Amino acid sequence: MPVPPKLVCPAGSLPALKSAVDHGADAVYIGFRNATNARNFAGLNFSDAQIEEGRAYTRQRGRELLVAINTYARAGETALWRRAVDRAAELGADAVILADLGLMDYAHRTHPQLRLHLSVQGSATNAAAITMAHECFGVRRAVLPRVLTLPQVAHVIKVLAQDNVPVEIEVFGFGSLCVMAEGRCLLSSYATGEAPNLHGVCSPASFVRWENQDGTTRARLNGILIDSFAPDEPAGYPTLCKGRFVVDGATYYALEEPTSLNTLAILPELMKVGVAAIKVEGRQRSPAYVSAVTGTLRAALDAVAKPGYSVKSAWTHALERVSEGHQQTLGAYSRPWR
Amino acid sequence: MKLTLGPMLYYWPRSQLLAFYEAALEWPVDIVYLGETVCARRHELRTADWLALAERFRDAGKTPVLSSQALLESASDSNLLGRLAASGYLVEANDLGAVKVARDAGVGFVAGPHLNIYNGPMLDWMAAAGAVCWLPPLELGHDAIAAVLAEKTCRIQTEVFAHGRLPLAFSARCFTARHYGLNKDECEFKCMEHPDGLLMETQEGKPFLRLNGIQTQSAACHTLWHHLDEVRELGVDSLRISPQSQYTPEIVAAFAARLAGNEAQADWATWNREGLVDGYWRGTAGIADPQGAEA
Repeated sequence: MPVPPKLVCPAGSLPALKSAVDHGADAVYIGFRNATNARNFAGLNFSDAQIEEGRAYTRQRGRELLVAINTYARAGETALWRRAVDRAAELGADAVILADLGLMDYAHRTHPQLRLHLSVQGSATNAAAITMAHECFGVRRAVLPRVLTLPQVAHVIKVLAQDNVPVEIEVFGFGSLCVMAEGRCLLSSYATGEAPNLHGVCSPASFVRWENQDGTTRARLNGILIDSFAPDEPAGYPTLCKGRFVVDGATYYALEEPTSLNTLAILPELMKVGVAAIKVEGRQRSPAYVSAVTGTLRAALDAVAKPGYSVKSAWTHALERVSEGHQQTLGAYSRPWR
Repeated sequence: MKLTLGPMLYYWPRSQLLAFYEAALEWPVDIVYLGETVCARRHELRTADWLALAERFRDAGKTPVLSSQALLESASDSNLLGRLAASGYLVEANDLGAVKVARDAGVGFVAGPHLNIYNGPMLDWMAAAGAVCWLPPLELGHDAIAAVLAEKTCRIQTEVFAHGRLPLAFSARCFTARHYGLNKDECEFKCMEHPDGLLMETQEGKPFLRLNGIQTQSAACHTLWHHLDEVRELGVDSLRISPQSQYTPEIVAAFAARLAGNEAQADWATWNREGLVDGYWRGTAGIADPQGAEA
């Protein structure tokens, strides 16, 4: 009997962590309040005291607490990243989620008992890369970038099993969609000087400027026009890969539409191919988002192991309300554009 | 400092590719990166062709390096890599899976710019795995590279991406096929109609990015031309020139002249009409130009 994947939910604050736990997350992932994690936004993330409280809350309820330390350590400041790993170990995190191989090497040598997950920022898209991370650092779980199709996800899991590489696979199940391979995208630093790998941000808010003229709303990122909205159009945040640009005279979403990933329709397949965990994106989102998404995916994952699974319209509506641009897609898993 | 010719990022017809490399045999470059790094569907040159080219460059006294694809998704991508590693030439690894293949085959490798080596401990780890040379991530500038070099304890060569449009991002999606309303698997090889990629402008008509299949590049050309003294002082061993469909020989010659201590007249207005940027080197937005102007 296939086992339903674990549900891994985001928390950018203590209230969000409690929401995730209360609505059925098996694990919650959080970050420290500094540049060591990929959602380094003002007002977000955890102090040590809050982590201790969060740790107690998850432990009392039998859930896991994962700590994302998933930016790349800046040369000359690697002590900050190492300290984050040390603190996560001291605070009793069930695992740390890392991308930087140098940091993984440190964690593996210094805290051999600490469980390591390979972050999506580590860009491991194939079994060889994951096997290497296991051989060298004892990595126990890898989060796959959102660029693989369902058959490719299945293939990675199959090869790992054939080669007796005990690494679980986690995939994204819901949330904002990166159309680029995570860890392999510098668009944000090209435009602003700050990007996920080093700064833990993408299209940072401090570079966003809104302009209104004759009813038209223009969204700029460091002065670069990302999109322009007619008076009757809802204006979306100028994430630079989700703007409308001009290519050969045509104006369109040249890279990607503003849309969210939603895998409810393929949960049975994800379970069948042996995905161990489903991740929800969004540590920057509100506790209300965390509650809605966690509750919905919990219901779906509880249903998926039973015969006759189908996506309930209530689930779809609940997720629609919190989706980017109110649109959803299966992304690379189904590859309609393939 | 040595001069290297980076891997071909575009898809040109076979005759054009062969003519380009035939000419490059005579260029003043010491190291030549060969192989397809962007898309597995591009096959004007097959693996055997690349290996034959590698032999010719070796016979011409240059060091050939076989580059791996940056995004290894399928089983055949990984198998190809095994063949490259078994050929006995140096390989450029742009993925942790490629590092494993090189390490297992016991061949030295160049740790490419997409391996995300941002600090000394990671560079030390790569060197221990067999890296003989590394390229910093494209977004690292002078100060950040200096910090990595100060922090590392290994001995390793350093190469920097010195001139060319920046390969900024990789996706599973093909943006060129998307532009034509085609599916990736039936793309009709539209990339071949765009020997320097497909320009993507803002709605105000400002060049921003460049669509090159699954790769997104900078519209403008990144260059270290104005910073060569700084690059040398940093202890960089080699400079990479990235191929473009026109004026690559002129650009190579100009850099070679500078490295030889000679005066060189560069006609950037003609050679790189798309404009020059150097913001990354100066620790700011990559799109910032040598005049210090931001976007």
